[in-house]
Amino acid sequence: MSLFKARVFVHLRPSVLDPAGEATRSATKRLGIDGVTQLRIGKSIELEIEAANKEEARTKIELMSDRLLANPVIENWSLEFKDEQKTLTN
Amino acid sequence: MNIGIIVFPGSNCDRDVRWATEGCLGIPTSFLWHETTDLSGYDAIVIPGGFSYGDYLRCGAIARFAPVLNSLISFVDKGGKVLGICNGFQILTELGLLQGALTRNKNLHFICDRANLSIESTKSSWMKNYKKHDSISLPIAHGEGRYQCSNEVLKRLQDDDSIALRYAHNPNGSINDIAGITNKKGNVLGMMPHPERACDDALGNIDGKSLLSTLLS
Repeated sequence: MSLFKARVFVHLRPSVLDPAGEATRSATKRLGIDGVTQLRIGKSIELEIEAANKEEARTKIELMSDRLLANPVIENWSLEFKDEQKTLTN
Repeated sequence: MNIGIIVFPGSNCDRDVRWATEGCLGIPTSFLWHETTDLSGYDAIVIPGGFSYGDYLRCGAIARFAPVLNSLISFVDKGGKVLGICNGFQILTELGLLQGALTRNKNLHFICDRANLSIESTKSSWMKNYKKHDSISLPIAHGEGRYQCSNEVLKRLQDDDSIALRYAHNPNGSINDIAGITNKKGNVLGMMPHPERACDDALGNIDGKSLLSTLLS
């Protein structure tokens, strides 16, 4: 078994209004920064998972992203693996 | 005849519902801890408002994996009546028993108010005491009540006559002013307003009483 590190980004679908993002965008003007035309807030979920290989890790994370981490009605997600990977010894 | 109220860690309207159904309407009611799997002997189930499991990740996202909700799916398949109020509505959408999702209010505020509502469908037994376009007033209290769905789902809801309640003055940005929907069969109702907070004369509003009385019919 190996230990894989990954990060899942969850973001609202483009068609879904993000009022928190809009409120934050309006604060950028107050900070004195002009020209921010779009700001949307998502979630970053970092996880470590044990699996026989990277493909198995990917399958597990895809399932959990579809069923738990994101709600496909309103959200999209993307997955990225981090480089380091540890081999676990029993 | 019996009503069960599902209680999650973080539910906070469970006792209000029991006061309304048992105290005001005289219907025997009991609490069902979220780890229960036995729903036999119940005629209707209420999922109350609150913040189940802290509403971490998304409202209702963790609650949908509670053991009791597996049993709830077969309860619904057999035609049992399920009412989800506020957080209960959010849980029912996460579970997939109702379509769409509830998102952050457009104005970002937690809204605590009274909302005028219009009865938009009388196809289900929930609304049998009303006529279409009857107007009622119920309390609302939510931060994530903006109903959201795709255009295809909206059309399906309209075609199936599944939009049960609309806001007279949309408080949260919900698509199509939607305040409550049913499933296609009509035995599952999810709504953001709180009928249980409008059943007792002492509270100055009993508009929720005739809706809750249909839990057993």
